[in-house]
Amino acid sequence: MQQLPAIPDILKLKRVSGAPHRLQDTVLIALFLLPALILFLLFVIYPIFRSIYFSLFDWNGLGPAVDFVGLQNFKDILTDQVFLKAFKNIFLIIVFSVGVQLPLALALAVMVGRDLPGRGLFRTIFFMPYVLSEINVAIMWMLLYNPDPDRGLLNAIVVALGSEPIGWLSNTNLVLFSIFIALTWKYFGFHMLLYLAGLQNIPQELEEAARIDGANSFQNFFYITLPLLGSTIRTSVYLSVLGSIQQFILVWIMTKGGPVNASETLATYMYRFGFVRFQLGYGSAVAIYMFLLCLIFSLLYQRLTRQPDYLTGL
Amino acid sequence: MSRKTYLILSVLLIVSFALTACGAPAATQAPPAATEAPASTEAPAAEPVTVTWWHITTKDPGLSDWQKMADDYMAAHPNVKIEITVLENEAFKTKLTTVMQSGDPPDIFQSWGGGTFNQQVQAGLLKDITADLEADPTWRDSFAPGALGVYSFEGKNYGVPWDMGMVGFWYNKALFEQAGIAAPPATWTEFLGDVQKLKDAGITPISIGEGDKWPGMHFWNYLATRICGQAKFEAAMARTGSFTDPCFVEAGTKLQELVALEPFQNGFLGAVHDDMQAAFGNGKAAMELSGQWAPSTQAANSADQKGIGDNLGLFGFPAVEGGAGEGTDVVGGGNGFAIGKNAEPEAVDFVKYLTSVQNQTTIAANGSGIPVVKGAEAGLTDPNMLQVQQTFAAAKYFQLYYDQFLPPATGSVLNDSVQGLFAGTLTPEQVAQAVEDSVAQEMK
Repeated sequence: MQQLPAIPDILKLKRVSGAPHRLQDTVLIALFLLPALILFLLFVIYPIFRSIYFSLFDWNGLGPAVDFVGLQNFKDILTDQVFLKAFKNIFLIIVFSVGVQLPLALALAVMVGRDLPGRGLFRTIFFMPYVLSEINVAIMWMLLYNPDPDRGLLNAIVVALGSEPIGWLSNTNLVLFSIFIALTWKYFGFHMLLYLAGLQNIPQELEEAARIDGANSFQNFFYITLPLLGSTIRTSVYLSVLGSIQQFILVWIMTKGGPVNASETLATYMYRFGFVRFQLGYGSAVAIYMFLLCLIFSLLYQRLTRQPDYLTGL
Repeated sequence: MSRKTYLILSVLLIVSFALTACGAPAATQAPPAATEAPASTEAPAAEPVTVTWWHITTKDPGLSDWQKMADDYMAAHPNVKIEITVLENEAFKTKLTTVMQSGDPPDIFQSWGGGTFNQQVQAGLLKDITADLEADPTWRDSFAPGALGVYSFEGKNYGVPWDMGMVGFWYNKALFEQAGIAAPPATWTEFLGDVQKLKDAGITPISIGEGDKWPGMHFWNYLATRICGQAKFEAAMARTGSFTDPCFVEAGTKLQELVALEPFQNGFLGAVHDDMQAAFGNGKAAMELSGQWAPSTQAANSADQKGIGDNLGLFGFPAVEGGAGEGTDVVGGGNGFAIGKNAEPEAVDFVKYLTSVQNQTTIAANGSGIPVVKGAEAGLTDPNMLQVQQTFAAAKYFQLYYDQFLPPATGSVLNDSVQGLFAGTLTPEQVAQAVEDSVAQEMK
């Protein structure tokens, strides 16, 4: 709390250094921004508006869109059971990611962040799945999950233990869980790396001081490490939620959202209508919903977590 | 001053960057003009032409056969360069969709005809080759008319077939014998009885890749063809009838009878087509409902790359008691090449070469397909392929697979819905209603 008065000075300093823009500077900045801005407008903003436009049509993607249907697509989506199922699945993936995957990544980060012998090796091993392409990961897990015990490792183990082979990807109750395991395996290394970077920014003196004051390891972790990791955790949760909403490649390769929509995500649902059924208007409307979902989440999340870190941290 | 110089330099840099960026296309446009000039002074035939060709034969012998045909053609026509892109079935559909939406189809590409093909024609993405066929009657008349007709729309041709066959039950004779089944079943009731016998003998009766959905659709398709017959299906398509007709519901009910016996391999709902062929090819299932590509894909996906060899047999989809359709009616389809709108005459000429009697005989002899050109059936040495060709030829009513024949959106709805029947999440009535709703919307 003693640090608080220092803040206005910092803000003032910032404002002074950037205050009186001369016209030349503005032009220069604009010129430097121009190439990136053009690309951004062309490949991000323009397609969004095209999608909004197409979402108002019943259109198969071939030739110009002429069959104007207004907001019918948006209405139809909200009453489609499969869309609601996809929405529910996304929600479950988010809950699992934030509730299981991130704590796991944090635990591993704390472990390999210590002065363990061979911690470099562990870091590399844990990070490796993230380096692999999603296609490779999906195919690898498909091989592991293969229902035929002669071909799938996991079922070979299950059968060796004297049980019936498990339909990892064919059981409608199990498939989302199976996919979640693959997702976790793929992404925990990335979040672990974020947490490692965050841990390095925590001064060792604080933990030392706490230890001298008699805090045990648990207290040290929950009252010193965790609060000081606040900003990293917020970033990690943010990326994880957005990634979950947009999850496509692993799911599409492994199950195509099946069986019978049991592992449908918003992105596979959108793809099915856009590129399998050729209902591009409907698919665009799904994309708009996804866009709105991400946007609303981003805005709310930023608003809710806007307090400066030193206030929540100490 | 130094700040000003810096500013000017920066602006110069940006402007020059922009200029070179604009200049680049102009530079690439120049070379063709340069190469065109000498070409016109020589023979006009030597003008270099590139033909792009997408096919989906990812495995040998078909893969090498296509390559050799392209190489031979290029050797005979040095000015033609054929760029082959080999894609796996599902990847092909995805990639083709993308280039179709940008209005830039390949010159020659895999097609199955039907609803998708018709939409491509209506969007002006395919080239009308009717005149080319009429200019060469020998070529045109060499095709089986039914097969050529699959690649036409409103009397005009936009592609040619290279393979045409049918879906039927492939079965493992040794496993049938082991279960004490003397002869393949002729009726649906017998069929269900045999499934039970196989189960009792501890054999997986049927392998299926229902994760891909269309393998299961074939069951519903055949049951509807047997129960409703040609007339009711055509009425439903013409919108004088309906897919909610009790016969289409009954197709689903019959399928439920089969599903209730749990005849499929473990994990069939998540299995893909390759898994289905592997299970059968490794002798782990007694039957599969599949097309003329089954023997070669069974072998390619089996552990020893040989399949089940002489144990392989084929019987037609059993008749359904009281159904309006004939037991000899077949559901099938084949492969063809559609011609993209930007294709040069050389592309059509190359397709003519691909469908020559000689090359069709090669395709037949290597088991990559059932030839559609008269005289090429001599290449069919495999008894199973001969049986396919003869059954197909004897059928009075030939129905292209529903999922290909229907508009793409409806085909996809049908595939998705039938998977619901296999998983027990949808009723036969719901499947019929879903198809009817989609057809009503697409054919309005």
